[in-house]
Amino acid sequence: MKNLKLLLAGTVAALALGGTAAQAERGTDGDLKILFWQAVSTMNPYLSGGTKEVYASSMVIEPLARYDEKGELVPTLVTEIPTLENGGVAQDLLSMTWKIKPDVKWSDGTPFTAEDAIFTWKYCTAPDGGCAQAAQYEGVKSVEAPDPQTIKITFTEPKPYPYSAFVGAQSPIIQKKQFENCVGAKAPGCTDANFKPVGTGPFVVKDFKPNDVITLTANENYRDPAKPAFASVTLKGGGDAASAARAVLETGEYDYAWNMQVEPEVLATMMKAGKGTLVTAFGTQVERINLNHYNADPALGAKRSTKEAGPHPSLSDPAVRRALSLAIDRDIIDEAGYGEAGKPTCNIVPGPPAYASTKNDSWCLKQDIEGANKLLEDAGWKKGPDGIRAKDGVRLSFLYTTSTNSVRQATQELVKAMWAEIGVDAELRNASASVFFGGDPASPDTFQKFYADVEMYTNNFDGTDPEKYLAEWLCDKVPGPENGWQGQNIPRYCNPEYDKLVNELSKTADISKREELAKQLNDMLTEEGAHIPLIYRGQISSHSVTLEGVKMNAWDSELWNVADWSRKK
Amino acid sequence: MFTYTLRRLLFAIPTLLIISFVIFALLDLAPNDPTGDLPLTIPPEVREQIRASLGLDQPFFIRYLYWLQQFFINEPLNILERLTGWQFGDGDRMRVLSWATRSPVVDLIVQRLPQTLWVVGLAYLFGVLLAIPIGVISAYRQYSIFDQIGTFLAMVGYSVPTFFTGVLLIVIFSSYLQWFPSVYDTNLVVTDVSSFIQQVKQMALPVTVLALYNASQITRFVRASMLDNLHQDYVRTARAKGVKEKAVLLVHVLRNSLIPVVTVIALGVPTIFSGAIITEQIFRVNGLGQLLITAVQGADIPLVQTLTFIFAVLIVFFNLIADVLYGILDPRIRYD
Repeated sequence: MKNLKLLLAGTVAALALGGTAAQAERGTDGDLKILFWQAVSTMNPYLSGGTKEVYASSMVIEPLARYDEKGELVPTLVTEIPTLENGGVAQDLLSMTWKIKPDVKWSDGTPFTAEDAIFTWKYCTAPDGGCAQAAQYEGVKSVEAPDPQTIKITFTEPKPYPYSAFVGAQSPIIQKKQFENCVGAKAPGCTDANFKPVGTGPFVVKDFKPNDVITLTANENYRDPAKPAFASVTLKGGGDAASAARAVLETGEYDYAWNMQVEPEVLATMMKAGKGTLVTAFGTQVERINLNHYNADPALGAKRSTKEAGPHPSLSDPAVRRALSLAIDRDIIDEAGYGEAGKPTCNIVPGPPAYASTKNDSWCLKQDIEGANKLLEDAGWKKGPDGIRAKDGVRLSFLYTTSTNSVRQATQELVKAMWAEIGVDAELRNASASVFFGGDPASPDTFQKFYADVEMYTNNFDGTDPEKYLAEWLCDKVPGPENGWQGQNIPRYCNPEYDKLVNELSKTADISKREELAKQLNDMLTEEGAHIPLIYRGQISSHSVTLEGVKMNAWDSELWNVADWSRKK
Repeated sequence: MFTYTLRRLLFAIPTLLIISFVIFALLDLAPNDPTGDLPLTIPPEVREQIRASLGLDQPFFIRYLYWLQQFFINEPLNILERLTGWQFGDGDRMRVLSWATRSPVVDLIVQRLPQTLWVVGLAYLFGVLLAIPIGVISAYRQYSIFDQIGTFLAMVGYSVPTFFTGVLLIVIFSSYLQWFPSVYDTNLVVTDVSSFIQQVKQMALPVTVLALYNASQITRFVRASMLDNLHQDYVRTARAKGVKEKAVLLVHVLRNSLIPVVTVIALGVPTIFSGAIITEQIFRVNGLGQLLITAVQGADIPLVQTLTFIFAVLIVFFNLIADVLYGILDPRIRYD
């Protein structure tokens, strides 16, 4: 009898041990509670384009390959990443071939095939559809399926960096069967499909309350039978960043909260409760001050900030542009407004590390009031009786705009004080973000119109390749009335040398050469003062101490590896 | 009275049409853009296509007529279809679609209405129930300790904004004491005692904040109106006739004092529907107020237009109810 008991106890112990050794099973860790203070509007990123929608949908629908936390491409639905070396990318750079993993199933149990990828491309490029991710499919001539497991993409012209269509959270594959009748103008009508897309990801939408809360359950047909560890996900939306941080860090009601845009000292007090931690990742976001190369004098009326207005009376002087940068103490701005979520920078392409230049760090990262004053003095800008420098009747007094946001307004104040030290005056103004970034050609307050001397905001590029981004500073991309204010060369920088180099980059396939060229272009922009890069901005989120497996990712969706998340035992 | 009501109802039609036009025009003139919130990595050409797919490339007047048709013909037909099961035409009508969610605006409102009615409506009810006795006692015992404290609390409740009291209560009761949740769970369904308790718990803080605010407003009306009546001749007459003090106060004075108060309460009902925008946002109640504010921020014009118009309808309607109620409560007032 005693032996039997011992034996039983031993078996139980062995079972328990075996259980832990075999790693978590699917759906054993209960509910994962995520908080997005900007609520999710739809689960179809092709109809929205907002970051919150892209992130939320990444738990359900997946691309062929995605970026990991280091910015490297990892296959998700395919066997490997096609390259020149493995023959996946054609020698003439005009096509590439993806091989789908065997036995990948949609959450409804039907097989995932190349037809779905072809359909996704057609869906996003259909006229009148207003696809928000159309740029991902730019330059794609056709998508074909030589067999159900193979996807062949043909480009209109050679693409040295072909990873855009079906790569990353912005470009996931949707099911043909579900969306077949939702192409083009009919897309918004398919509410059910847009709210509950069938996917290949670890979770399936069970209930969707737009702009409020999404309930997801583990996908029974997910390709890894041991994942996801959580049985369900509740993604709640609404509120503000500070209270979202509180719900994770202080009260512990939630496991994960996205985008903690909260003053560093507020976060520090919340952290004292010991319920959560902060995670940061740096992608490609740079807060910068654009310097207008054209005259923005209000007296010019509709002509201001266009080619017709002529060069800016003072900002066209390279010495002024350099001095404005020298006068700024980036460390103070970083400390006051960004904390862990920012680093001082002098690059417009701050990452990935292989693309980040260090050439200008020596002169640019350190504040040098004396040097800036000398530079202006030598260039003939003399201080007037009011302490503001002037030359030939032109005063160094600038209209400085940005979007309404407490960190930006604080930064404006700091920069104004720093510029005052070199005899430069600034008039501060801000416009609501939805107006400033709205791009309404009728509004005078958009960042594209740039009816100001200097303006500040953040921009970045998707993925890890900066080619398209660097092409924004081409001469023919200057916004103006002739193109409906649609160019992306906001500072109105124009240098034929730069254009030539961008052209070379678009023809270079060799990775190390591309890195070299990108750095050169980035350095040119900083040295010639197209803009003043200020802060390399990271993404900052918080998660509960009981949550394991979070790998903060700035190159893809933050929830990219939600299948690997688990509850600490 | 009936002809008066009918006349007022008919007059409401042109009023509402003008209101809808003004709202539409104002929203159109506002320098807001539905693509303004999108990441800058989405290029301008794509933004232009998005705007076109939303119908923004059409002229202003055409868009207004579309909205009129969708709101006044298509949506009511849809509701009728759903209620009766009848089919009008092919049933494939253009509905008012929200730009952000691309789903019918009416569905969104129906989804949000229960939260708002429960939380904000209950707070309004509690506010009224609290305000009347406090107002009555305050007036009857004017300048007593009770009156002084009541006046003080009403002033505090009225002047301290809900975004302050809300966060204060969260810090005390959610963060420090951990009695109540700080985030409202809209998925919670009351099925048994424990889920009912949970529902009460999550409603406690937002309802308290709003009830305090509503009560302090209404108490002042009750008190002022009671004071007016307490010094009237008929009160003295009643007392001289030997009517009991309780009857004087609750039958004679209170009834007469409530006439203006009922009007104030009726006029306040539309604010229940518009939701307490700030309080809903703080506690993430996600009712109509939160829906409106996200729509405004995201330049979701069809949603803002429809919501504000529904609020306008409610205000016009409750103004009428207040007027009619006035006539019923006070026999001296006749509209015909």
